[in-house]
Amino acid sequence: MSIDLDQFKQIFYEESFEGLDTMETGLLGMTDGGTDLDVVNDIFRAAHSIKGGSATFGFTALASFTHIMEGLLDEMREGKREADADVVNILLESVDEMRSLMSAYQNNEEPDVEHMKGLQKKLEQVCGMESSEGSDKEEAADATEGDQRRLGWNIEFKPHANMLVTGNDPILLLSELEDLGEMSLQAHDNKLPSLTDMDSEHCYLSWSIKLMGTDIEEEQITEIFEWVEDECDLEITGIYPERKRSDRRAGDRRVPGAQEDRRSNDRRKGPRRPGDPKPAAQPTTIRVDTNRIDELIDMVGELVITQSMLGQLGEEFDMSKLVRLREGLEELERNSREIQEAVMRVRMQPISFAFNRFPRMVHDLSQKLSKKIRLELIGEDTEMDKTVMEKINDPLVHLVRNSLDHGLEGPEERLAAGKDDEGYVRLRAFHQGGSIVVEVSDDGRGLDRHKLFNIAVKKGVIKETDTLSDEQVFMLLFAAGFSTAEKLSDISGRGVGLDVVRRNIESLGGNVDVRSVLGEGTTFTIRLPLTLAVLDGQLLQVDGQTYVLPLASIVESLQMRKESVSALAGDTRVYRLRDEYIPIVSLSQLFSTNDGEGNTELHGKLLVIVEWADKRIGLMVDDLLGQQQVVIKSLETNYERVKGLSGATILGDGTVSLILDISGLMDMSSKTLDKLNKSSAALKKIQHTGE
Amino acid sequence: MAKILIVDDMASMRKMVAFTLEGEGHEVVQADDGDEALEIAKTDEGFALVITDVNMPNMDGITLTGELRKLPALKFTPILLLTTEAGKDKKMQGKAAGATGWLVKPFDPDKLLMTIKKVLK
Repeated sequence: MSIDLDQFKQIFYEESFEGLDTMETGLLGMTDGGTDLDVVNDIFRAAHSIKGGSATFGFTALASFTHIMEGLLDEMREGKREADADVVNILLESVDEMRSLMSAYQNNEEPDVEHMKGLQKKLEQVCGMESSEGSDKEEAADATEGDQRRLGWNIEFKPHANMLVTGNDPILLLSELEDLGEMSLQAHDNKLPSLTDMDSEHCYLSWSIKLMGTDIEEEQITEIFEWVEDECDLEITGIYPERKRSDRRAGDRRVPGAQEDRRSNDRRKGPRRPGDPKPAAQPTTIRVDTNRIDELIDMVGELVITQSMLGQLGEEFDMSKLVRLREGLEELERNSREIQEAVMRVRMQPISFAFNRFPRMVHDLSQKLSKKIRLELIGEDTEMDKTVMEKINDPLVHLVRNSLDHGLEGPEERLAAGKDDEGYVRLRAFHQGGSIVVEVSDDGRGLDRHKLFNIAVKKGVIKETDTLSDEQVFMLLFAAGFSTAEKLSDISGRGVGLDVVRRNIESLGGNVDVRSVLGEGTTFTIRLPLTLAVLDGQLLQVDGQTYVLPLASIVESLQMRKESVSALAGDTRVYRLRDEYIPIVSLSQLFSTNDGEGNTELHGKLLVIVEWADKRIGLMVDDLLGQQQVVIKSLETNYERVKGLSGATILGDGTVSLILDISGLMDMSSKTLDKLNKSSAALKKIQHTGE
Repeated sequence: MAKILIVDDMASMRKMVAFTLEGEGHEVVQADDGDEALEIAKTDEGFALVITDVNMPNMDGITLTGELRKLPALKFTPILLLTTEAGKDKKMQGKAAGATGWLVKPFDPDKLLMTIKKVLK
């Protein structure tokens, strides 16, 4: 029987990556000094499982590499080897290697065996092993030589008297031998006592077996008898052609891995069935606590009850049952809300998944930078949507690297400043209202307002005469093309600055800000929506169409007064709101829903002021309807990407409503904004937003 | 067909063994580790065979074998150890704890079925 291993590979990748994380965390713990045997055991077990699995799936390179590494871990486990910095570092390197091999297998790429071999040599040196390559070759040569000559095996099998008592049956062993090749055997009954003396539970027989077959390895035979080797006498000798009959026994070992190689090659060559997934598109999976699924099932059960209750009501409805109908509908509303929340929770994962990479990163970078840095993780259990978490990863890495590289000082500088020589980077996550907040803070040198200001002036981001608050100056860090590092280092990357971080976070519907005290440290705060699948929306109407506007982006809504509207060059109009000039964007014009019928009269019309990335525009709408949570459906998958729209949703009455994308709308009306930015109103705007 | 308990902390291995056996019409119960397996074995009787990984957190396969042997229902039930290592020490430990036999990884469905046929005879 052959089974399709592919369906289990995905599970294997997942648990192996988890295992690698366990190994890494354990190893990092060791660098703090002191080796906990439990930790070594955990690491060993993870390596061991990966080895067994990768051999099963035909990942030969990974299996043999892990085998060497396991040897080293075994020595540590048995206390034969200290976990000094060198050993830990090479093990960490090995974990990286395993990870990259695993990724290669997962993406159906050829693993970089050369690179692996380099590290494998280093590992073997540490283990005090000779390179296994040479001895492999010898064995291989030996084996071929043996194969050419040997015709089969003679086996003398003498079970001890008590073999049957321990539950082993010699007949089973013999029939297993028979599967290997052509067998002839002779049973010796000379020890059989007379019937009266015979103990029925004793084994009195022994056998001489001749097993013919040139491809039978000694190992295959010993394997069959291994379980009973302490309960029998066993003698295995090779049968060779008359001319040279010697006891060539030692050399007939199987070449490790050779068989697996063949197997995996066969599979690779096999035809790709039409239903097979394409190699590049690995399905993404998520691990869900079974309790959460049980919860869901409970709720669905309740929903079914409510449904049948309502169904019955509908069958024979009269007005006397109105109260019960209302109750039923309320129940239904509660059911669907609960199910919605529970389904959302299925996508929720603790942020520790994102935090886990940082211990290693801080360890490596602090060594590289010769700084003493402690990493503090707070609120690792805080849960967030899987998609959000995947996207927040890069920004977080960027901010942490930034703190390590620029924020924190070296030990001397810290001591000179009267601080502890060890600095810290703290990652803290918590829920606040409907959002999740992640802070990256350090107790480093803090941001220097004057330095930042001067650089910003030099780079033309602001003018020397501008007056900005501290917060506004700090926020300049996020402006495009602004980098305070005088020299680029390979740690904080080159060119890509905090502006990218900010854009990534804002594209998730979140925002980022920074607080800092010179000499005391810096804190970056990222705020993100809990989920991307549901949006709190404001429904509004333009030309009979209903649109959804993200509630969070709305600053205020007002009825326009004629005297506050001024026209700039061209079609552009701005609305003066207190000290601020806000460009008016007509959705009707933007989406051409009103066939050229110019409605120049703005007086009395509704203007919704929205904000995104510190910019504001006013959307002209016909009517504001209710607020509600909407489920976001992608336009891209159902139609195509449309600028200014982030998706669509289905309203309660079954109509489709488009969801407005503020950043897209701003791009579309950017001409107006550019003009504004050049005018003095822009500065007023900056002052306004900074308050 | 037989009712079989499979114990392995690696889901990929466990599911693969289960899949292979279910394909042959066996009824399979899966457990994550020794602790869970023992709980199952205490309440759920009638297993014709137990297959357990050796290397597991919490309770390893060898300890589990010893514990299972203490249960009247499993006193004579075949227990197979699933190991990566052909290491003798472990095997002999397993045997001393009461295991009936072992299967060496890399996992091979044919070998598994053959062995199972034998012990279930």
